[in-house]
Amino acid sequence: MAETATAEAPVVRPKLGRDDWILRGFMAVIGLYLVVALALPLYFMLSKSVATYSFRLDGYELQVDRGGGWGETLNALDLALAQGLVEPGAQRAAADERLSPAKLFPDFSFRAETRYRLRNTEPTEGGFLVRGEAVTSTEWQAFSSNDFRRVALRPAPGLGLGNYLEYFSTPALFRSIFNSLEIALISTVITVSLAFVFAYALTRSCMAFRPAFRVIAMIPILVPSLLPGIALVYLFGAQSMVLKVLEALLGAEAVAPLWAWLRDGAYGPSAIYGPTGIVISEVFFTFPHALIIIVTALSIADARLYEAAVALRARPARIFLTVTLPGARYGLISAAFVVFTLVITDFGAPKVIGGQFNVLAVDVYKQVIGQQNFEMGAVVSMILLIPAVAAFVVDRQVQKRQVALLSARAVAYQPQPDRRFDSLMLAYSLAVALFMFGILAVCQYAALIKFWPYDLSLGLANYNFDVMDGGGWASYGNSIRMALYSAVFGTVIVFLGAYMVEKGRRMRLGRAGFQFLAMMPMAVPGMVLGLSYIFFFNDPANPLNFLYGTMGILVICTVTHFYTVAHLTAVTALKQMDPEFESVSASLKQPFTKVFARVTVPVCAPAILDIWIYLFVNAMTTVSAVVFLYSPDTTLASVAVLNMDDAGDIAPAAAMGMMIFYTNAAVRLLHAAASHGIHRRTQAWRRR
Amino acid sequence: MSETAGGARAEASAYLRIDRLTKAFGNFVAIRDVSLDIFEGEFVCFLGPSGCGKTTLLRAIAGLDIQTRGRIDQGGRDVSALPPDERDFGIVFQSYALFPNLTVARNVAYGLENRRASRGEIARRVEELLALVGLPEQKDKYPAQLSGGQQQRIALARALATSPGLLLLDEPLSALDAKVRARLRHEIKALQRRLGVTTIMVTHDQEEALTMADRIVVMNHGVIEQVGSPDEIYREPATAFVADFIGTMNFLPGRAEAPGRVLLGDLALACEAEDLAAGEAVTLAIRPEDVVVQEPGAAAANGFRAEIAELEFLGSFYRASLAAPGLGEGLLADLSRNLVRRLGVAVGQTITVTLPVERIRIYPEGVGRG
Repeated sequence: MAETATAEAPVVRPKLGRDDWILRGFMAVIGLYLVVALALPLYFMLSKSVATYSFRLDGYELQVDRGGGWGETLNALDLALAQGLVEPGAQRAAADERLSPAKLFPDFSFRAETRYRLRNTEPTEGGFLVRGEAVTSTEWQAFSSNDFRRVALRPAPGLGLGNYLEYFSTPALFRSIFNSLEIALISTVITVSLAFVFAYALTRSCMAFRPAFRVIAMIPILVPSLLPGIALVYLFGAQSMVLKVLEALLGAEAVAPLWAWLRDGAYGPSAIYGPTGIVISEVFFTFPHALIIIVTALSIADARLYEAAVALRARPARIFLTVTLPGARYGLISAAFVVFTLVITDFGAPKVIGGQFNVLAVDVYKQVIGQQNFEMGAVVSMILLIPAVAAFVVDRQVQKRQVALLSARAVAYQPQPDRRFDSLMLAYSLAVALFMFGILAVCQYAALIKFWPYDLSLGLANYNFDVMDGGGWASYGNSIRMALYSAVFGTVIVFLGAYMVEKGRRMRLGRAGFQFLAMMPMAVPGMVLGLSYIFFFNDPANPLNFLYGTMGILVICTVTHFYTVAHLTAVTALKQMDPEFESVSASLKQPFTKVFARVTVPVCAPAILDIWIYLFVNAMTTVSAVVFLYSPDTTLASVAVLNMDDAGDIAPAAAMGMMIFYTNAAVRLLHAAASHGIHRRTQAWRRR
Repeated sequence: MSETAGGARAEASAYLRIDRLTKAFGNFVAIRDVSLDIFEGEFVCFLGPSGCGKTTLLRAIAGLDIQTRGRIDQGGRDVSALPPDERDFGIVFQSYALFPNLTVARNVAYGLENRRASRGEIARRVEELLALVGLPEQKDKYPAQLSGGQQQRIALARALATSPGLLLLDEPLSALDAKVRARLRHEIKALQRRLGVTTIMVTHDQEEALTMADRIVVMNHGVIEQVGSPDEIYREPATAFVADFIGTMNFLPGRAEAPGRVLLGDLALACEAEDLAAGEAVTLAIRPEDVVVQEPGAAAANGFRAEIAELEFLGSFYRASLAAPGLGEGLLADLSRNLVRRLGVAVGQTITVTLPVERIRIYPEGVGRG
C-alpha cells in the first residue's frame, strides 16, 4: 500500500495538445481585444482626469539689456508678484493656456530698442515657445523686444487631484450629480411600477391581445433615446400640439392661461423642458428593459405556492403580498438597477429635452464638444462611472441569489379568467400601448408636415437630409453598414469569447480574468467609453492611431459598449450544453473545432441570432459612445438626429429617428423569419 | 496486501499501470498516491461513496483532468501528460453526452470521420455497431426521441466505434430506472466479454460492481481501500470501511484477550486473527447472514444466548435484532423463513446463536458505523 511507495512521484507537466494551443490562441486574441478596446482606454481616461497643468513662474529667469549690457537676473515669479499679476502658490492653467513674458514688464514696448533674454532655471517639460518651437533647455535665449512679445510661457504638466478640486468647487458642475441622481431615482420608481403592472397583466391575466402587447412594449428598444424627447417637444413645447388641439376644440380664450403656464418653463422655452420631460422620455426609453426582467421574474412563479395559499384561505390581496411580490422581488430589484443605470448614463433624452437642467452625461458632452476641456470631461466621466459601477456590482450580487430561487420542479402558473380584472388590465395595457404609439405617431406626423404649426401640408421635404447638418442620407447608409459590421464581427467575437470562458480547459485564472473583462462594459456608460477612446486612440504615440476617425473604431466601440449582454446570452446558451461534448469528441480523436462547428454552433443557433439582432439594433440607435468618434466620412443616423435637433431642424431629426425605427423594425421581422427558418432546420431534434 | 496484486496474473505485465497518482484541486487532495495495475481484457470497477476520488481517477486516466503527480502507462506507453486526443480510449458518461442535433447514425459515425475511411465503410461500421448494441433500426432518429436505455447503448456504440484499447464508463447506468439498469448491466457485461476490451467502470452502486466486475477497486477519501474479486471483497473485506460499504455488517466493540481470542464484555469468542496483543481495543465484525442459530441441544464454539429484540420481515428472510450482554447496540442476524417457522422464533424469545470462527473479522478500534 502507500507505505511501499518510496518517494513522492514527480509532478506532471501536462502536454498541451493542438486543441489547447488553438483555444489559448483564440483566448489571447479576444482577451487582447478586450484589453485594447476597454481596459487601456479607461486607464488612459483615468490618467487624463488626474493630469494637471500649472505655470511654474519661478522656473524662468530673465535679463534685460536697455543698451548697457545685460542687467541683473530677474525671476519671473518675483516680477509677476510685484505686479500683482498672480497670487502666491501654484498657477493652475489649462493645457493650452499661454502667458506672454512681455506682460512681466510694465514698461514693455515692442518698438523699444530693449533686448530681453530668457532661460529655464532647470530642464523642464513646460518651458516656453519660440515661434511654436518648445525650448526646454537651460540655455539663455535672447530676443529683440519685437520678438519677445511673441514668446509664450507654457504650463508644465503634473499629476494631482486639481481637476477634481475644481469640479467640486464649481457649483454649476457638481449640481449635475444631484440632478442626475434625482432624475434616475424618479424614473426608476415610475418605470418599475408601470412595468410591473404591465408584466402582471401579461403573465397573470387572461386579457386579450397579450402577444401583441408584448411586441408593442418592445418598440422603444428600436428607437434612439432622443426620439421621445423630440415627440415631447412637439406635444408640449412652446408650440404645443396638445394645446393647439385644445384651442381648436375649446377656443383660444379658454386655453390662454394654459399657454401662459406652459410657456413659463424654468429650464427652457416650455415647462416640459427639464426634469419633467427627461423623466417622461426615460420612462419610455427604459420601459421594455424593465418589462423583460419583470416578466421573467413573474413567469417563474410556482403554481403550487398559489394552490397552497388558496387552500389556506388567503384573500387575493394577501396572496399578492405574501406570494406574488416576494416571488418577483429579485426581478424587481434587478429591473430597478437596470433602469437606474440606463437613466443615469443616458445622454439622448436630457440632451434634447433637458434645457438648462444639467446632468452628468450631458456635462461630459458639453465639456468635450463645447469647451474642448478634455481633462474636465474625464473628471465628469469618472464621477459618472461611480453610480453606474455601484449599481452594477449590487445588481450582480442580487442576481446571484435569484438563481438559487429557481426550482426545476416548479409548476407553471396558469391564470384563470376574471372579467373585471381582465378588463382593468386591458384598459391599462391599452393606455401604455397608446403612449408608445403616440410618441411614434407624433414623430412621424412631425416628419411629414412642412412646418409646425404654420404649414401643415404634408410632404417629404424633411427627408431631404442632404441639405441639413448631420451628414445627410450618407449617415443613414453609414449607420446600416456600422450596424451590420458590429452585428457580424461582434457576434463572432462574443460567441468565441464566451466559448473560451465556458469550455476552455485549465487556465482558470485566465478565464476568470476574461470573464471579469467581459462583464465590465455593462458598468461603463457610453459617454465614458467614447471619451476614453479619444484619449487612447487619438494619442499619436498609439500604434492603433490609424483607427481614429474610421468606421473601424465605431464598430469596435459599439461592440465593446454592448458586449456584456451579448456575452451573457452566449454564456447562458453554452451552459445548457452538456459539459462532456468536448471530452467525448477528444476521446474520439476529433479536434474541438469539429464539435464546435457540428454541434455547439447549430445547437446555439437561436442564441447566436439573438446576439446578432441585439448588436444590430443597438448599433443603429446608439448615440452616446459614438458621438465623440465619428468623422465627416462616418457620420451616423443616430448622431444626425442629435445634430439636426441641435441645429433646430427638429422635423428632419424626427424623420431620421423614424427611419432608424423602420429599419430596426424591418430587420427584426427578418430576424424573426430567419429564426423560424433556422429553428426548423437546425433544431429539428428538439421535437420529439 | 499489495495493491498491484492481481492474483495469478501478478507476473503478467499490466495493460494499464497507474503509479503513485496524486491529484490536488488547490488545497483539496482528491486522490493521494494511488497505484494500480489493470490487465488486458479485465472489467474493473472503481467503487466508493461520492467524493472518494473514483471519478477523478477515471478522468486522470482519460487525460481530461491530468493528475498533479504520478505516472500512467497504457499498453507500454507513458501517457501521463498527454491530452485526451492523444490517448486511446472510448468513454461513456452518466449523461451520455450524445450530440442532440445529430442523428443516431451521425453520433456513432462521429469518431469514424477524418480517418480516411470511405462513406460506405463508415456506414457499414455504423450498421455493425448498432447491431452490436441491439438498435439497428433507430439510426435516423435523434437522441431525444430515444429512451434512456437506448441512449445509453448509442453512447456505448459511439465509444466503441473506433475500437479503443480501453473503455471508460462513468456511472453509465445511474440515470436509468431500476429494471432497465438490471438488464443493461447484463448486456454491457456480455458485450465486454465478447469484445474483450479492457474496461473501467466508475460506480457508487455496490450491486452493480459485484455483478459486473472481474475486480473491484474500493476507494475512500482518495485512497484505495482494497482491490480484489467481488467474492474476496465481500467475504474478506480488508478494512472496516470496505466491510461497512459492501453489504451489511455488524460491528461490535471488544477487547483482545490473547492471539485468536476476543472479549465482548464478558463474552469470550474465538477468531482467526493471531496478531492480537492482550488488552488491545478492537472491533469485531460479522455479517448478519453468517450468524448461525443453534438448533436446541447442539453445541458449537462461540455460542451464546441472546434475546430477539426485533424481527423484521424482508420477504425471503427475516432480519432479527439480537440483544445480549456484551453485544452493545445489538447484533443483526438473518434467519431463513424455514428456520423461523421451524423454531417458532418470536420477539422476546431467547435463542442460542453462534458466530462461526472463520467468519469473524477483527478490525482496529473505533471504526465502522457510529
